[in-house]
Amino acid sequence: MANKNNEAFKQPLWVNNPVLVQILGICSALAVTAQLKPAIVMGLSVTIIVAMSNVIISLLRNTIPNRIRIIIQLVVVAALVTVVSEILKAFAYDVSVQLSVYIGLIITNCILMGRLEAFAMQNGPWASFLDGIGNGLGYAAILVVVAFVRELFGSGTLFGFQVIPQACYEAGYLNNGLMIMPPMALILAGCIIWYHRAKNKDLQEN
Amino acid sequence: MATKKFKCKVCGYVHEGDKAPEKCPMCQAPQSEFEEIVEAGAEAAAPAKKGLNTNSNVYTIVYAAVMVIIVAFLLVFVSQTLKDRQTANVINDTKQQILSALNLRDQADVASTYSKVIKADALMQANGSLQDYKGDFNTSYKSEFDKGNLHVFVAEIDGQKKYVIPMNGLGLWGTIWGYIALNEDRNTVYGVYFSHSSETPGLGGEIAGLKFQNRFPGKNVVNGGNVALKVVKFGKADQSSKYEIDGVTGATITSTGVNAMINKVLSAYVPFLTAANVGSNY
Repeated sequence: MANKNNEAFKQPLWVNNPVLVQILGICSALAVTAQLKPAIVMGLSVTIIVAMSNVIISLLRNTIPNRIRIIIQLVVVAALVTVVSEILKAFAYDVSVQLSVYIGLIITNCILMGRLEAFAMQNGPWASFLDGIGNGLGYAAILVVVAFVRELFGSGTLFGFQVIPQACYEAGYLNNGLMIMPPMALILAGCIIWYHRAKNKDLQEN
Repeated sequence: MATKKFKCKVCGYVHEGDKAPEKCPMCQAPQSEFEEIVEAGAEAAAPAKKGLNTNSNVYTIVYAAVMVIIVAFLLVFVSQTLKDRQTANVINDTKQQILSALNLRDQADVASTYSKVIKADALMQANGSLQDYKGDFNTSYKSEFDKGNLHVFVAEIDGQKKYVIPMNGLGLWGTIWGYIALNEDRNTVYGVYFSHSSETPGLGGEIAGLKFQNRFPGKNVVNGGNVALKVVKFGKADQSSKYEIDGVTGATITSTGVNAMINKVLSAYVPFLTAANVGSNY
């Protein structure tokens, strides 16, 4: 059992990464990765919300009527996100202002529904919690990598601080405008998937 | 009902009974070679029969109703208990935004700085003069603008008089807003602050950044009774002009939105901006 929990946590970090293998959560990955800071905030928020909603659905899993299970999952996620955002507004106003754009994106993030339906409906609360944390962090890791490359080459900054020295610009270096555009996030995610498949040959399709 | 099924692993013979036969009648394999066949359907159906039938219509409807009521009460409870704190935060944030336009960003104690710097919250009259605003501190200057309550904050910094005007408009994805601080001549920009609800981070979202906002100070607002301050496409601004400002790279629509907002709001304030006298108290 301990081994199974371990797997639930570790698998989604790399081998069964939600973004790379299940191709979930791509839409929000495009929207928030132009800079590192929002990418990290989004990754952490998703991690917390997935873990919490996984636990709740796992506790309820034997009582949920089969025909309306998706709606129940959605209600739980939406209620949770709303409560968290209200609490942030009251106690951490700065964070809530930064998050405002992403609150809606968290609810619609397909990783949430995917994990609830695929894992929490069949497993106990502790395993589901670990699965949620694992998937959230797996998602966050990809976001951070993509955002790092996009911010560095797109704006020459990291966390808003200038990294590429002014001398480079004077020598004719230009920021890559394509990096800022959403398609570049897809291209970068594609490159990571390429590397991932090269390392995990059993996932390759013929 | 009680019959179990056992399969011989050697030849595939299936025996029905309470336990496996001692010897396989087909291939003579011993009892240990038999394994029980567990039917997936039988196992899944069993636990459901113990409790409620979770697939019945009544259960489904009651479950949904209870769920909705619980969630509704939870949300109402959370929203009610946190309301006061949230309102206080919003007021504080609005005051910080007004101060940001006056280049007093990231104040540790917003409330005290605000009461020290801002001398009056006034309304513009039709002739351009100012009169004190009597109501509570407002946090939605869009509805105030739509109602015709044109707020002007009178501030004093280092003995110099400044006027702050709240602005509202539309960006690419949602609302944008800001505050513009003018010098005593009601023409030269002292500082600006912009924010947005949902512009793309890194593109339109950059209007909230200092890089863009620092292009405003020193520019002029009115020229011959019209609002002349303009945000143009990045790189198109005439650097020698007193009225043109470069927009944000790659965010033409948001920049156009900022331009439209400035034009719409400040046009309504033209009487104040051009008045010879705005009232002796201000």
